[in-house]
Amino acid sequence: MAQRRAFRWHIAVFLAPAVLVYTAIMIVPLFGTLNLSLFNVVEGQRVFVGLQNFATLLGDPRWSASFWNALGNNAWFFLVHMLVQNPVGVALAALLSSPRLRGAAFYRTAIFIPTILSFVIVGFVWKLILSPIWGIAPGMLDAVGLKALFAPWLGREGTALTTLALISVWQFVGIPMMLIYAALLTIPDEVIEAAEIDGVTGWAQFWKIKLPLILPSIGIISILTFVGNFNAFDLIYVTQGALAGPNFSTDILGTFLYRTFFGFQLQIGDPHMGATIATAMFAIILLGVCFYLFAIQRRMRRYQF
Amino acid sequence: MSDARHSTARSIAAHAVLLTYTAIALFPVFVIVVNSFKNRRAIFADPLALPSGDSFDLVGYRTVLAQGDFLLYFQNSLIVTVASLFFVLLFGAMAAFALSEYRFRGNMLMGLYLALGIMIPIRLGTVAILQLMVASGLVNTLAALVLVYTAQGLPLAVFILSEFMRGVSDDLKNAGRIDGLSEYTIFFRLVLPLVRPAMATVAVFTMIPIWNDLWFPLILAPSEATKTITLGSQAFIGQFVTNWNAVLAALSLAILPVLVLYLVFSRQLIRGITAGAVK
Repeated sequence: MAQRRAFRWHIAVFLAPAVLVYTAIMIVPLFGTLNLSLFNVVEGQRVFVGLQNFATLLGDPRWSASFWNALGNNAWFFLVHMLVQNPVGVALAALLSSPRLRGAAFYRTAIFIPTILSFVIVGFVWKLILSPIWGIAPGMLDAVGLKALFAPWLGREGTALTTLALISVWQFVGIPMMLIYAALLTIPDEVIEAAEIDGVTGWAQFWKIKLPLILPSIGIISILTFVGNFNAFDLIYVTQGALAGPNFSTDILGTFLYRTFFGFQLQIGDPHMGATIATAMFAIILLGVCFYLFAIQRRMRRYQF
Repeated sequence: MSDARHSTARSIAAHAVLLTYTAIALFPVFVIVVNSFKNRRAIFADPLALPSGDSFDLVGYRTVLAQGDFLLYFQNSLIVTVASLFFVLLFGAMAAFALSEYRFRGNMLMGLYLALGIMIPIRLGTVAILQLMVASGLVNTLAALVLVYTAQGLPLAVFILSEFMRGVSDDLKNAGRIDGLSEYTIFFRLVLPLVRPAMATVAVFTMIPIWNDLWFPLILAPSEATKTITLGSQAFIGQFVTNWNAVLAALSLAILPVLVLYLVFSRQLIRGITAGAVK
C-alpha cells in the first residue's frame, strides 16, 4: 500500500535520446570551449594559464585592436537592425493586419521569401546588383537621374559595413513582420471596437492601443536579433571573405573567431585564442539575454484576454 | 459616405506600400533567375530584360550540370537535412511528450535545461565540437553534420511541441490507458497524429537554417565528397567567378528546392506562428 510507485522507465526512454544528443553535442562542447579558453600552449605543452588569454585579448595591442574593432562593428551592425529592420517589420505587419485587405497572404508569402534564401545566394546577388561593373544599381540610378549618388558601397571602408547590415535587414525583415503580424491578430476584436466607439481610430489607434499590446513581441524580436547579430558570420564571409575587407572594416565577432581559430594567410590557427573569443561572445550574448530577462521582460505588462 | 471614401484611399495606400516592398523583396531573385536563362552578351547589355528568342540560352545550366558534382552536393544536402529533421522531430516529440505529460521530479528543471539552447547559439561550441569530431573520426562525414544539426534543432522543437502537447485532451489518453495501451502506444498512435500541424511548423523552422548553413559544413565536412549545396555553390562561385552564366544558373538551382518547400509549407508556417502567439 505505502509502497513507492515503481520507477517509470518510459519517462527516461522518452527523454533519453534528446537529452543525450543535446548534452553531448551542444552543452559539453560549449563548456569544453569555455574551459579551453583557460589553457594555452607554452613550449609545446598545454598548460593552464587562467585568465591569461583574456588578458592577451584585451591587453595586447595586436589582439585588442582587432577585438574592439570587431565588437564595435558588431554593435553598429546590431544598431542598424534595431533601427531599420524592426520598425519596417512592424510597419509591414500593421499594414498587413488592416481589416479587409485583399491579397494579404500573397504579400506575406512574398516578403518572407528572402528569409529562406541562403547567405551564399543573398550575398552574391547583392554583390552583383551593387557591382560597378555589371551595374544594375548604377543603371537604375541613372534611369532616375541620380547616377551621381552611386558609389561602390561594398568596397569602401566607410560604407561597406552599413551596406552589409542593410542587406541583412533586407533578408530578415520577414521575421519581425511575421511575429508582429501574429501578435496583432491575437488582439481581440472587442478591444478594437471599444477603441472605435471611443473615437480612437487610424494612427492614434495603432500608437495608443495596438503598440502597447505588441510590446512583448517587440521585446522578443529584439533579443532574437541581438543573439543572431552577435553570432553572425555567413553574410560577411560570403561577400567580403574571411578577411572582412576592405581593411577589416566589416569584421565582426563571428569572422574574427573564424580567422583566429582557423588561421588565414600567414597566421596559423589558434584553438585557444579561438576559444577565448568564443567565450567572450558567450559572455556578451549571456549579458544581453540576462538584461532582457531581468530588466525588460519583467517590467513589461502582459495583458490577458 | 466620406468614411467609405476615406477607407478606399487608405486601402490603396496600403497596397501601394506593400507592393513596393514586395518588389524590393523579390527583385534580386528575379534578376538572378531571369539572367540565368540568357546568353552572356544579353546579361551584360540589358540585365533587366526578359529572355527573348535571341538572348535565350541554357549554357549556364549545361556548364553546371556538366560539372557533375552539383548533383552530389544536392544529394548531400538532402540527406543531411532529411536525417536531421527526422531525428529532431522524433527525439523532440518524445522529450516534449515526457515533459508535458508526466509530472516527475526535475521536470521544470529539465525543461529549462533543454530551452537553454534556444538562446545560446551552438556555434560558440565549435572549437570543442571540432575536437570531438576529430577524436571520434567523424570529420568529413555527413553523420557529423546530422549530429550537430539534431542538437541545434532540438531545443526549439521541444519547446514548441510541448506547448502543443499540453493542449491534447487528457480524456483521450486516459481512455487509451483504460484500454490497456502502453505509454509508447499512446504516444505514437494517439498523440503524434494529433500534433501533426505543430510538427510541420517545427519542420519548417528546423529545415531552413540546416539547408542554408555554411559554418558547420565549412568546418566539419569541407571535403569534396561531403560538401553540401550551400558550401558547394560558395566554392563554385569562387571558381567560376567570371563565368556569369554558370554562376547565375548555379544560384537559380540553389534557390529552387528551398523555394518549393517554402511554398508548400507556407500556410502551415503562418498557422503555426499564429497558434504559438496565442499561448
